[in-house]
Amino acid sequence: MSAEPGAAPVTVAGRLSTYLRGGGIVTPIITVLLAFFVGGLVVLVTGHNPFSTYRAIFDGTGLNWFFPWTSSDDRTIAALNLQQTLIAATPLMLTGLAVAFAFRCGLFNIGGQGQYLVGSFMAVWVGSSFSGMPGLLHIILCMLAACAAGAAWAGIAGLLRATTGANEVISTIMLNWIAVWIGVWLFGLGGPLQSDTDKSVPISNDIAQNTHLPVFWGDPQLQGLHIGLFIALAMLVVFWVLLNRTRTGFEVRAVGFNPEAARSAGISVGRNYVLAMGFCGLFAGLAGSLDVLGWQHHLATNDVQISEVGFLGIAVALLGRNTAVGTMFAALLWGALVTGTSVRNLDPDVFEPALAANLTRIIQGLVVLLVSADILVVYLWQLRRRIRRRQGVAEEQPVQVAA
Amino acid sequence: MSGDALALELRGITKRFGPLVANDAIDFELRRGEIHALLGENGAGKSTLMNVLYGLHHPDEGEIRLDGERVRIDSARHAIRLGIGMVHQHFMLVPVMTVAENLVLGTEPHRGPLLDYKQAAARTRELSERYGLAVDPDARVEDLGVGAQQRVEILRALFRDAKVLVLDEPTAVLTAQESQDLFRVLRALKEDGTSVVFISHKLNEVLDVSDRVTVLRRGKKIDTVETEGASERSLARLMVGRDVLLRVEKTDHSPGDALLEVRDLHVSDDRGLPAVRGLSLTVRAGEIVGVAGVDANGQSQLIEAITGLRKVDSGQVVVDGQDVTGYGALAAIRAGVGHIAEDRHERGLVLQFDLAENLSLLEYRKPSMASRGLLSPRRMDERAKKLLGDYDVRGGDTGTPASSLSGGNQQKVVIARELSADPKILIAAQPTRGLDVGAIEFVHRRLVEERDKGRAILLISLELEEVRSLSDRALVIYEGQIVAELPPAASEEEFGVAMTGGGRREAA
Repeated sequence: MSAEPGAAPVTVAGRLSTYLRGGGIVTPIITVLLAFFVGGLVVLVTGHNPFSTYRAIFDGTGLNWFFPWTSSDDRTIAALNLQQTLIAATPLMLTGLAVAFAFRCGLFNIGGQGQYLVGSFMAVWVGSSFSGMPGLLHIILCMLAACAAGAAWAGIAGLLRATTGANEVISTIMLNWIAVWIGVWLFGLGGPLQSDTDKSVPISNDIAQNTHLPVFWGDPQLQGLHIGLFIALAMLVVFWVLLNRTRTGFEVRAVGFNPEAARSAGISVGRNYVLAMGFCGLFAGLAGSLDVLGWQHHLATNDVQISEVGFLGIAVALLGRNTAVGTMFAALLWGALVTGTSVRNLDPDVFEPALAANLTRIIQGLVVLLVSADILVVYLWQLRRRIRRRQGVAEEQPVQVAA
Repeated sequence: MSGDALALELRGITKRFGPLVANDAIDFELRRGEIHALLGENGAGKSTLMNVLYGLHHPDEGEIRLDGERVRIDSARHAIRLGIGMVHQHFMLVPVMTVAENLVLGTEPHRGPLLDYKQAAARTRELSERYGLAVDPDARVEDLGVGAQQRVEILRALFRDAKVLVLDEPTAVLTAQESQDLFRVLRALKEDGTSVVFISHKLNEVLDVSDRVTVLRRGKKIDTVETEGASERSLARLMVGRDVLLRVEKTDHSPGDALLEVRDLHVSDDRGLPAVRGLSLTVRAGEIVGVAGVDANGQSQLIEAITGLRKVDSGQVVVDGQDVTGYGALAAIRAGVGHIAEDRHERGLVLQFDLAENLSLLEYRKPSMASRGLLSPRRMDERAKKLLGDYDVRGGDTGTPASSLSGGNQQKVVIARELSADPKILIAAQPTRGLDVGAIEFVHRRLVEERDKGRAILLISLELEEVRSLSDRALVIYEGQIVAELPPAASEEEFGVAMTGGGRREAA
């Protein structure tokens, strides 16, 4: 007999999906608040004032630029900070989408980092070659090449999953490392893409001047905000349309929810796995090219090894509930966090930036933990109600067994 | 034991879930040594009422009396202590443990810190012999069949000294033979003074095994009647609130061309063992061919082979003259195969999709669902709205997720989708599994209508009655082969013999 209408669905997944339908925005907010609260406790333990610390981080993000009462001196600095926040958020939106799209197809793409990296390698290579090409054409070529590289890289994992059933979590993690070491080899001393002018530094050639993305806010010399932000925002729209208004998206969602039912309806599950991973790689690869064309302009082996834009995308997608709008806000939050706690932006008198970067990691870890343990948050939420109800019942009927 | 003493009394039980009243002031009496059937359609409130009794829900109003004493039951643990045992539809056993270990779980007999396994096994054996519940105490639960697992559940309840035993749709998972075995056990328990609540929506079983019947409809108690003197018709009327056609009314069929031909088909199961072995059958336009058989005789693999969901080892599947063997599900669909899946949750529906999306699962490929190259939710919605009306789907509109519909309405959605694709042949696999009488009537009538429109219908069902009453021709599958073709009017015994391998193949 099926569950009676109104009765609590039995499975954890069922309960979760019911809850998500009800108030999809509540849990992420609770999650973030909880993470910041615990982060505040950590700050307290280190002997600092959590409020002034968070205030300093907030100022470091440049978000105070929006406040009308900010003085004009502060506003100048705030503008610089805010540009950095948005520069950081730009690739995060895309690597977030790279994870979110896979989730919607029932896949867990841990490989955003690798896909981002191969995209950036491609952008560096194309951008520093073919000199003399018209700027716009050259830029477009860089981006297309990066998208193709990312898509192919992720497609490997999709193809393995579709043909052999190899778990994409494992294969994408491996592909991440392969990408990192390819980068180290490419730009390392004696590597094929190492700088022609400075043979003693593990760094690539600079991309051609005319492939730099135009800066529309701030000073191009001081790493102002490039137009990559609009490309990322446009991709959010592309993501939404692709998923909700195309046949491919319909198939991807059907496969993501119930591959067996999708198969019965004549949808090829394997083909959609490859396709979905391809789109993921496309988003992440594009992110790589935007960073290279927008502000990095070259890559060093060091950049390749310390970059974590792709990994942050996982947290962004989780917090953003794998939706376009959610991913945007989560990417902005993360961009702000990373910027606000960076050595350059945080006031060292309030909190040592070296420690603050760790604070970001703590908050990041907590968010991922709490989002993954979403059911825990839901459970706590329900527990509250259950306790209240039990108290109510107990008052009405204090006697357990009455003759 | 005095026959009239009440073992259990529920008075004015009301349970609300938000605005929905699942139980509305229900009275229920259970005598000592009585088998009392609780009958009602899906969603009538049977399970809720029993969950209240078992301490899983707290009633908003009303009281529970056990042996005349008022009790408040907080939890399942409390219910067990009070002598209430419940056998759920989904078994709550630990698969890797033995039968004896499962039985003593929570109350393990021990010698020092060690489990006294011998004693546990001995007690299991003693109980199982007393009531004729044949199980091997040393067998691992995961190795047991469904019927045996159910016996373990019953044993466990008895082991905990249950005086009141509640069985939630126990026969839903059993074959006809296993059901009869179960009824024998229940009668033995009754002789011994145990009171049994038997939840079901199958009328013949209720008439067969119970002493009294309480009928629920939409959360209200309609009546309690003595089983003697009740008939399927009278109970169905109480249950649904109107006269129900229990028998399918159909005219003689006039078959046309062969639309589905299966030739010498060989298919393996997931473990690579042969499941379908040289099976051939033909379904012609305008006829319903029924395939009867005991579960796991290759039915699932046959269905999957025809619908292109499983690889075929050898042989052919020909749809309207077109060989679709090995071309996959999409090729089968395009050739005109419609499929009412055996398991609508696993395969028939995407439960998280809303009804418009579910109804578009075949149609989304067509240009009519798109405008300017993009899928048009408006067109999907309009089409879905019409289908929901045509097929009388209740409990939701186009934006409702499929998961929140009742089983009968979910099945209507599946049928609406498959038929709207205008298939030449329709594979109806267990089309009424888990449905209540009202919904069964709908499905059966619809299948006959589609037959009359000239579709070829292959009905594969574990319910012998369904095959007998719906089919124009009836085949019997046994160990992956068609072993007999019988006239649908043949007796249950004749079918039974063939279904257990006693028959010889008579016709092609």
